[in-house]
Amino acid sequence: MTLLRSNLPDLCRTHVSGTNMTMAQDHVTRKWEIFQGRNKFYCSGRFMTAPNAGVFLLTVFLITGTCTLFFIFDCKYLAENVTVAIPIIGAFLFLFTMSSLLRTSLSDPGIIPRATSEEAAYVEKQIEVTNSANSPTYRPPPRTKEVLIKGQTIKLKYCFTCKLFRPPRASHCSICDNCVDRFDHHCPWVGNCVGRRNYRFFYMFIISLAFLAVFIFACAVAHLILMTREDKQFLEAVKESPPSVIVAVICFFSVWSILGLAGFHTYLTTSNQTTNEDIKGSFTGKRGQESFNPYSRGNVCLNCFHILCGPVTPSLIDRRGIVTECYRLEICQTTTEAPVPLANYGLKTQNGPNHITMNSTELPGIYRQTTEITESNAGSVTHLVSSEHPLAVAPALQRLSEDSSSHYKSQPSLNHSPVYNNVLPTVQIMSKSRSYAENMNNVEQSKTAVDDDLHLDPVILRESHMLAQINEKAKYPELKMDNDLTVSEKENNLMSASRLKLLQDTTMIESALDLDSLEDSSVGANSQAGLMKVLV
Amino acid sequence: MSNHYNNRGRAGETEQMAQPQCLKVFIPRDYSEGTVVKFKNSFPPELEGRLEKQAFESTINRLNAYFAEAEKATCSTYCEGCLACLTAYLVYLCRETHYDKCLKKVSKFIAEQNERIYEPRGLKLTDPSLRGLRVLEISCLDRPPNA
Repeated sequence: MTLLRSNLPDLCRTHVSGTNMTMAQDHVTRKWEIFQGRNKFYCSGRFMTAPNAGVFLLTVFLITGTCTLFFIFDCKYLAENVTVAIPIIGAFLFLFTMSSLLRTSLSDPGIIPRATSEEAAYVEKQIEVTNSANSPTYRPPPRTKEVLIKGQTIKLKYCFTCKLFRPPRASHCSICDNCVDRFDHHCPWVGNCVGRRNYRFFYMFIISLAFLAVFIFACAVAHLILMTREDKQFLEAVKESPPSVIVAVICFFSVWSILGLAGFHTYLTTSNQTTNEDIKGSFTGKRGQESFNPYSRGNVCLNCFHILCGPVTPSLIDRRGIVTECYRLEICQTTTEAPVPLANYGLKTQNGPNHITMNSTELPGIYRQTTEITESNAGSVTHLVSSEHPLAVAPALQRLSEDSSSHYKSQPSLNHSPVYNNVLPTVQIMSKSRSYAENMNNVEQSKTAVDDDLHLDPVILRESHMLAQINEKAKYPELKMDNDLTVSEKENNLMSASRLKLLQDTTMIESALDLDSLEDSSVGANSQAGLMKVLV
Repeated sequence: MSNHYNNRGRAGETEQMAQPQCLKVFIPRDYSEGTVVKFKNSFPPELEGRLEKQAFESTINRLNAYFAEAEKATCSTYCEGCLACLTAYLVYLCRETHYDKCLKKVSKFIAEQNERIYEPRGLKLTDPSLRGLRVLEISCLDRPPNA
């Protein structure tokens, strides 16, 4: 690997010197022009949106259209007959809404710039696992990292696109192809991601839009009612001012979703969560552990203040910055070096579903394989089991990872290259038997509280796991799974995996929302689309 | 995508390319106190013998203090935020935020540290805002990358 890497600068150099001759240019290149995500930039990098801003234009059109109708027809009447305050309030709300909308859509949501090639290489070196030279399999480095934030364990995932361990609360937006800090969601209505930098604008947009919609609706209805007071039938009033009806209908239908969203985001703001975290249930204490939100500032007011009025972090992508040669060099290397580590781990693409499997690389081979085969059927739960590796096993595995390769070698049946392929049939049987046993357990389990402490679980679970293990051992006696673990460790291993599954089965939230892939939102557009459906 | 970016023009880069790369050490973020920008002050083994531990730690600590100040929730920052909100965020068009000011201080501090401590030892700090506030990059200018 080092050999390959050291050759790369040479390759890069020759490539560039080729283009050097042809593309001499006078004008200054700014960083947005060579930005690596999919965002679109306008006004020479001053504004940016997501790649598809079509729905955003629809939003703008709906708001301005409705407001125009309101100002022309209803406002005039109400200003003459009721009070002049109505157009003033309306105009203020409209301007505020549009200003926050444009701020949300056209600003940087908090994109985390991609790592330079050197940083990526350094990180690779830091997380590298020692592989013995003649072992038949390559053991890829772990792609998750755990950090303790105020006593709460948070898992950082490696982003293959941006080549960095995503900071806590950050997530990769598959539509914009960037990691976004404090990622809330990708909102097609505002045509941008909602993240750390523009969440406050987004929140104020939602809130002011809720007020605006209610206000306009009330005014339009008041207009119609006042007209019927002047000895007119309701139908006559409608005939006289059809735009009021249109405005009222538009507002009536939109106001519910806007109010709901405003309420939801108020809840999120007061508890200092993001939509992403709320849907994933990051702090709900599933898995039987005490779980709390480590980012919360302690009370509702402080959370609100900090999110809405706290310090604004600057844009980190410096899109108007001038591209220097150093910067270009970094980018050039980043793009050429990208396939190298991936090729080594046997990955086909950068954005494929393989991301999921890579997250589980700390697990023994069997779990790793499960994710690949059960993709078609109700695999989302097994995905979870495998991608969220049990905490209890991780340290043991890491401890043993060094000598595990030699163990593989000592197993004659495993010495032939497709080691994990051997495992395939077993895994399916095992997972099936496991889930069956667990379904039985679920019935019993549901009687007890779901969120009780897990000390009670083993009594029930143990039997099923012995079953699964025996089952498996009988089929493949020569393949001792996790050959370097003791029996009790093995049991532990299986148990904690199944505990996870059990809890996830009972809560069902992840499987219902397909959240396993959501967690790696870089994986597929499908899950992202699902999220978009849920939100806005 | 990679081709797209590679094919963009790069003029006059040959001398940059010819310059040998150097060993770089990256100081990661310390997330133990949440998402505030804070760098780990554990001394990287690569710099052993080139830099005193105290010097390194004092740099990191002062850097962390700057960022803590930038993200500290004080009355003035809250007022700034409220004002911005009341003006429909138009005030940001013409006024620099508190955070930006702090980042300028950080850049100044980095430059000063480079001049005083790091460059005489053949090292160079890179402004963390150029690296997305994710890492602090220390380059050893006279060492090849694989050393």
